[in-house]
Amino acid sequence: MAEHQLPERQSPLEPEYHPGSHGNFEHGVDVILSETRPGSILQLAAWAGEEKRLIEVVRKVTGLALPDGAGGGVGNGARAAFGFAPGKFTVVDEAEGLAQAFAGAITPAIGTLTDLSHGRTAIRIAGPKAEWVMAKFFAIDFALPAFPLGAGRSTNHHDIFAQIQRSGADQFDIYVFRSFARSFWKALCHASEEVGYEVQ
Amino acid sequence: MLITCPYCGPRDVIEFTYQGDGNRERPQPASQNLDAWNAYVYDRLNPAGDHNEIWQHSGGCRAHLRVVRNTLTHEVLSTAFARGGHKTESRS
Repeated sequence: MAEHQLPERQSPLEPEYHPGSHGNFEHGVDVILSETRPGSILQLAAWAGEEKRLIEVVRKVTGLALPDGAGGGVGNGARAAFGFAPGKFTVVDEAEGLAQAFAGAITPAIGTLTDLSHGRTAIRIAGPKAEWVMAKFFAIDFALPAFPLGAGRSTNHHDIFAQIQRSGADQFDIYVFRSFARSFWKALCHASEEVGYEVQ
Repeated sequence: MLITCPYCGPRDVIEFTYQGDGNRERPQPASQNLDAWNAYVYDRLNPAGDHNEIWQHSGGCRAHLRVVRNTLTHEVLSTAFARGGHKTESRS
């Protein structure tokens, strides 16, 4: 049987993606920027009252124990999930094909599944000054007690909608519309110049 | 001005979109009552004080909210989801 061939995905950041150290890095690099390029980015939405059943489906399909609560999230390195709106969740996998894994599990009675793998770009910012740079972009509290590990937030930067998950004590994953990703990336690079940044 | 979204917590007003007076009652779509439609479209209380409003957290979770705002002080007295069903505890 022939293998299912998926087209190779190209990065929208490519013309502006310059690996190496940039900006004011003489005294060290304080943030590391990268594109994580997950194979699957899904949006799951539960009908009103079906949230707990959807969370259970996420646990069965991905093994992720999604906490029930506003902006609750979890990650295990390869996979991540977080709530970004009432009854709505983003689920991410390094590997492609997560939508197929969910397809039979999310029944029409529970909610809906939207495959955004080609519609979002995932950017990671890590390092001791990650909170500082993020705070210049978004008017939300990035301190660890207010934005705990695994949690997700929906906000925007100059009308570019962003979903943010804290994937480490000093690391955030930002999901932006693919069509705006290059513009956002350039702005993020400019914002990181003052602290010295490395693109990996 | 900060509005405390029941889902996202306190956020700057720039993330929200005003969706109009929250006191309006929309007639049934088939209604032929022109007075009711006229009131729905045009009549506003325009109070100097507490005012029921509908806002959308358009730059965040995109939920529609019932907000009580004081039009003199801009103090936001309460927020709630405009539609029930999703009962998520506020973080704040």
